[in-house]
Amino acid sequence: MPQMNMVQAINDGLRLEMKRDERVVILGEDVGKVGGVFRVTQGLFDEFGDDRVIDTPLSEGGIIGAAIGMALYGLVPVPEIQFSDFIFPAYDQIVSELAKYRYRSGGEYPAKLVIRTPVGGGIRGGHYHSQSPESLFIHVAGLKVVCPSNPYDAKGLLLASIRDPDPVLFFEPKRVYRAAKGEVPEGDYTVDISKASVVREGKHVTVIAWGAMLYEAIAAADQAAAQGIESEVIDLRTLWPVDIDTIVESVKKTGRVVVVHEAPKTCGFGAELIALINEKAFLHLEAPPKRVTGFDTPFPYTLEMEYLPLAHRIFPAIVETASF
Amino acid sequence: MVTSITPAAWSQVPSVPQSPKHDGVVEVQREDGSLDPTMDPKVDNDLVVALYRHMVLVRLLDERMVLLQRQGRIGFHIGSLGEEAAILGSAAALGDNDWLFPCYREFGAALWRGMTLEAYMHNMFGNALDPAKGRQMPDHYTCRAAKFGSISSPIGTQITQAVGFAWAAKMKKDPLATLVYFGEGATSSNEFHNGMNFAGVFKTPTVFLCRNNGWAISVPAERQTASASFAEKGVAYGIPSVQCDGNDLFAVIKVTRDAVARAAAGGGPTLIEALTYRISGHSTSDDPKAYRKDDVVENWRKKDPLVRLRKYLDTANLWTDAQQAELEAKIDGELKSAVAKAEEAAPPKLETMFDDVYASLPWNLKEQKAELLAGPRAKGHGQH
Repeated sequence: MPQMNMVQAINDGLRLEMKRDERVVILGEDVGKVGGVFRVTQGLFDEFGDDRVIDTPLSEGGIIGAAIGMALYGLVPVPEIQFSDFIFPAYDQIVSELAKYRYRSGGEYPAKLVIRTPVGGGIRGGHYHSQSPESLFIHVAGLKVVCPSNPYDAKGLLLASIRDPDPVLFFEPKRVYRAAKGEVPEGDYTVDISKASVVREGKHVTVIAWGAMLYEAIAAADQAAAQGIESEVIDLRTLWPVDIDTIVESVKKTGRVVVVHEAPKTCGFGAELIALINEKAFLHLEAPPKRVTGFDTPFPYTLEMEYLPLAHRIFPAIVETASF
Repeated sequence: MVTSITPAAWSQVPSVPQSPKHDGVVEVQREDGSLDPTMDPKVDNDLVVALYRHMVLVRLLDERMVLLQRQGRIGFHIGSLGEEAAILGSAAALGDNDWLFPCYREFGAALWRGMTLEAYMHNMFGNALDPAKGRQMPDHYTCRAAKFGSISSPIGTQITQAVGFAWAAKMKKDPLATLVYFGEGATSSNEFHNGMNFAGVFKTPTVFLCRNNGWAISVPAERQTASASFAEKGVAYGIPSVQCDGNDLFAVIKVTRDAVARAAAGGGPTLIEALTYRISGHSTSDDPKAYRKDDVVENWRKKDPLVRLRKYLDTANLWTDAQQAELEAKIDGELKSAVAKAEEAAPPKLETMFDDVYASLPWNLKEQKAELLAGPRAKGHGQH
């Protein structure tokens, strides 16, 4: 089985699906000739032509609005938003249009896209190349939100997302685009949307993470293990609809939970996860649920490694929660 | 009952006052009611009569909806009073393969293309038979069978979608065009720029139909742009543009047919500015007395597109007062019947609130559906 990084795995998935399904088209800024600023679409322009891998004008609203029109026509567009920080000109199209199309038309007009977009910090990108806006999409009825942490899941979830009947925001953790490597099967397979992965079993505390922060959670769990604390680390993989059963089952076992995310704390997805845990497993809790997150500031440049919820911040939270 | 539909002296006022009229505004119908032979799009007389009948329907429907809203029987109506020629003329110029992306004033186009009056009325009442299943406010219908898109309230969002749809058809080499409706206010929106820009760059077969009706709620057209006209905006996008008298059915048909022909020939998009006037308020929620003078409106009433078309019909001996009376009586009956059916129909079932958010219900919606159905208002729903 070939070793791939996430960029290669997503590229492989796109190529496979474009060969399999001629309705699939890619459009976005710099996705064509240059293959994307992160090279995720590299080679696809040459292979499939400029009718299926389209360099567009520099307009996120135009990209998503036009992609919705293509979807209504029957294509399966996979637009790329170059950085998720730049998705907001398209927010109206995503929230007012894409998310509501099936519902508002009584089912006459399902509009399905997979919007790929790099997410997260740790690449010295400052305010506008580092943010994690997932909550702003999870909050919108009608959208699915996916964020893989590794090459295997990235390809499998991408293929599942493209074949899913609903619109999907596909967040790619850019910090581990090339750092995360692993075996990726050649050919076709999917990873179920809405299924979390228990990447490490433990009985003392549940640690929930996704994307690039999964690796920080695992590193913190390693440190805690040296002190005899066994962490159960869950990679959500799909943020919405979240795999509530896996979370509740784990929390019922451990009674303790730490949620990790890069986005600011207030109204971050961690708030919803802890509310759900309180609703569904309150009587099993042995300690207050804990959040380790970005701070409620704009994403800082020089101090980004202090802002991010890295292992050095997750580890004491695990210890505190486990020993409460 | 329909006092506005009488041959009045529309010809006594200049054809398009209070509009940014420039040289080259396409006009076909002359003041004596006849058509300028050099501009005549040669519309079949049967089609002209059919369009007139339809314009009368749209006018009477508009008036009836306002009445129902004032009576508290429906919550809202947003109409097209005075803009019937711009809407019907453009819809009638399309081919069967072409698609319409509506703003929210174009129920006349939807009905022309095949949406039934009953379906429209079910939407106005938001009942279980509403094509939008009671999920949207009145005048937010949908009709795929008529190749008529789904309506949303945000301004301009349909414009880029119409471009994307046409673009996809072009990629697939399917012979069709899209026509997208919007008001002049929408030319200030992001998506007007995005749509025009993408359409210009990729030469999509799209007809941009700007109904310049003079008003965006209370804001007059001159507050939307410093351009000499809205059509002029096409120049910067490399898109051929034209102004037409939007109250002249024949002019609207001519420029739309030309635009569709350009699209079909691979010539890409066209921007049409149809000069017309919003005789009514923005919607039933609006009181235009707060921001505009009645005498201006009265001037435009004299240029009523129905009156104008009737004048052509009279000149050509295609219509009689007896036919008019018969048509109005027929429409009155159809409206009464559609209203009665829509009023009698049950509201949507509670559980349908959760359908179509996704293709199938995720766990959270299953939970919330169960909660609603077990709730105190679940019993007796539909009997209030």
